[in-house]
Amino acid sequence: MQTTPKTLFDKIWERHVVIPESEDTPAVLYIDLHLIHEVTTPQAFTLLREKNLKVRAPEKVLATMDHSTPTVPIGSLRDLEIVSERGPAQQIRDMIQNCKDFDIELYGFDSERRGIVHVIGPELGATQPGKTIVCGDSHTSTHGAFGALAFGIGTTEVAHVLATQCLLQRKPRTLAVNLNGNLNKGVSAKDIILKIIGDIGVGGGTGHVIEYKGNTVASLTLEQRMTICNMSIEAGARAGLFAPDNTTFDYLHGRPMSPKGEEWDRSLEVWKKLHTDSAASYDKEVDIDVSALTPMITYGTNPGMVMPIESEIPDHKGNQSFKKALEYMRFESGKPLLNHPIDVVFIGSCTNSRLSDLRDAAKILDGRRVAKNMRVLIVPGSQSVKAEAEAEGLDRIFIKSGAEWRESGCSMCLGMNGDTVGSGKLAVSTSNRNFEGRQGSGSRTILASPKTAAASAITGSVQDPRQFEI
Amino acid sequence: MKKIKTFSAKTVNLPNEDIDTDQIIPARFLTRQTIDGIGECLFADWRYDKSGKPNENFILNQAESANSGILVAGNNFGCGSSREHAAWSLLDYGFRAVVSSSFADIFQNNSLKNGLITIAVDLETHEWLMQHPATELIVDLENTEIILETGKTVSFPIDSFARYCLLNGVDQLGYILSHESEIKAYENQQQ
Repeated sequence: MQTTPKTLFDKIWERHVVIPESEDTPAVLYIDLHLIHEVTTPQAFTLLREKNLKVRAPEKVLATMDHSTPTVPIGSLRDLEIVSERGPAQQIRDMIQNCKDFDIELYGFDSERRGIVHVIGPELGATQPGKTIVCGDSHTSTHGAFGALAFGIGTTEVAHVLATQCLLQRKPRTLAVNLNGNLNKGVSAKDIILKIIGDIGVGGGTGHVIEYKGNTVASLTLEQRMTICNMSIEAGARAGLFAPDNTTFDYLHGRPMSPKGEEWDRSLEVWKKLHTDSAASYDKEVDIDVSALTPMITYGTNPGMVMPIESEIPDHKGNQSFKKALEYMRFESGKPLLNHPIDVVFIGSCTNSRLSDLRDAAKILDGRRVAKNMRVLIVPGSQSVKAEAEAEGLDRIFIKSGAEWRESGCSMCLGMNGDTVGSGKLAVSTSNRNFEGRQGSGSRTILASPKTAAASAITGSVQDPRQFEI
Repeated sequence: MKKIKTFSAKTVNLPNEDIDTDQIIPARFLTRQTIDGIGECLFADWRYDKSGKPNENFILNQAESANSGILVAGNNFGCGSSREHAAWSLLDYGFRAVVSSSFADIFQNNSLKNGLITIAVDLETHEWLMQHPATELIVDLENTEIILETGKTVSFPIDSFARYCLLNGVDQLGYILSHESEIKAYENQQQ
């Protein structure tokens, strides 16, 4: 019997359908891994209490604290009262209580494994090919780097998954992004995804799951794939996906929550089948020539307003939203941003806070000083990343250069607890959103790779990292 | 969940494209423990100046916007963060529907689960609404159409299950829970 050719997405979707979709009702989809954090869960737990419901499968919930946690050292909850603002401190206490009441293991302040939810999932080996993964956070798309179907949900849906381990979903469409050619020196995975968002637009992926394909893929590390999948949501996509390969399997082998022994062999057999059949087709396809890329920077107030670092800001006469964005950024059409003075550099976030990102930055900062009057904040993605970076001496390079080295957390990416850019100030950030006030009220953000951010830290202005990479 | 069938309300226009959920409600308000009164945080950085006083230039602070119940916004409304606080703050402020030419997926999901109707209309209707601010609009969920002041009816797409739940006040969690035996069977088969 001839079977219909399937995409990687189809294969994962079909394996998780509890009740198929009909015209009248969405599919009931089973969720293998539910990641939770302190900001988008309180109302979900309240709902469970009101309805007298239990968490159906606490062992399938991975809980951490990242969004509103301070990034100064915290040994105990007593420290929290001193260093934290009141709202976030209460939210953190509630998270601890909720996890205790509902029997969920929490990677809290006492855990060496705590960190940004999208950094620790993969690190622990909880993120695995073929899984369905959700979290009350749009950057859940990160986990697609492993060939998992992973997407962000709202708090009502967090309650649904806690109570039933299931989610109501309509099947999304598929979009293939073909990446071809090799990355040039000084150019990063961040530049690839910024280029894609610029090409298809911030709504270009709406209703779609993106699969990244092409001959570039084999050369990309898991951390690079995570950076690309992470920002799939910035193109409006539900999720991003890379088919798992040996790079994926090598990454996962031996991680704390990875399958072991015979179970590893069995899993590997299943994972190796997770790829798109050659005759399968997508609803849409886009091609990107990776070898033509140069470092990318944003100039506006969404990640689609992006250009090569050597370019001049484009003009869209008559577009009021475009005009408003440039007014907010205090930039002008026709002018370059290269050498434009900046106030802050932020290296961190679920997009770019992993060891390879910190190594990229350290390579450029090593033996150099950050510019006078610049604030440079470097925040590792997890306590494990922090420990690994310190074992390599990266912390000493950063501190010697004049940068601040912090505990893990979301930090200045969304400025929820103390770490903000400052009103009117301009930052080059390795995070994922340059929305108005995203990094604190009145903040202005230029998104870039860790290499570009480090180069900019040295000169105190927007800088091309290629001059520092020989 | 309250049943929603049809209602009419006055529109207010926010023509900016790609209004993200960080604008709808900035992150610093996400530490609120309850959602009661969260409407005061809606569009906070556009609505208030640095001292916390209402910004007179912002449309929601102008007399003509008083008592409006439908927001008409530019393309790709609600992009960015998954925060459901965006839908909660729009509802708590008094909006019952948002009209745009398109919506971001997660925002649309969150809105419909809370009874905030997302109405994606064709470009011509969108343009007409932008040209006619503070117009009275009838939203008819039963027939999935809006009726303009001119009497013109425009149909809009809405997920059939979301529509059913809104019309009948059905709780979606209750619906999933009613499938316990199928969920159990799936789990057993996976082991």
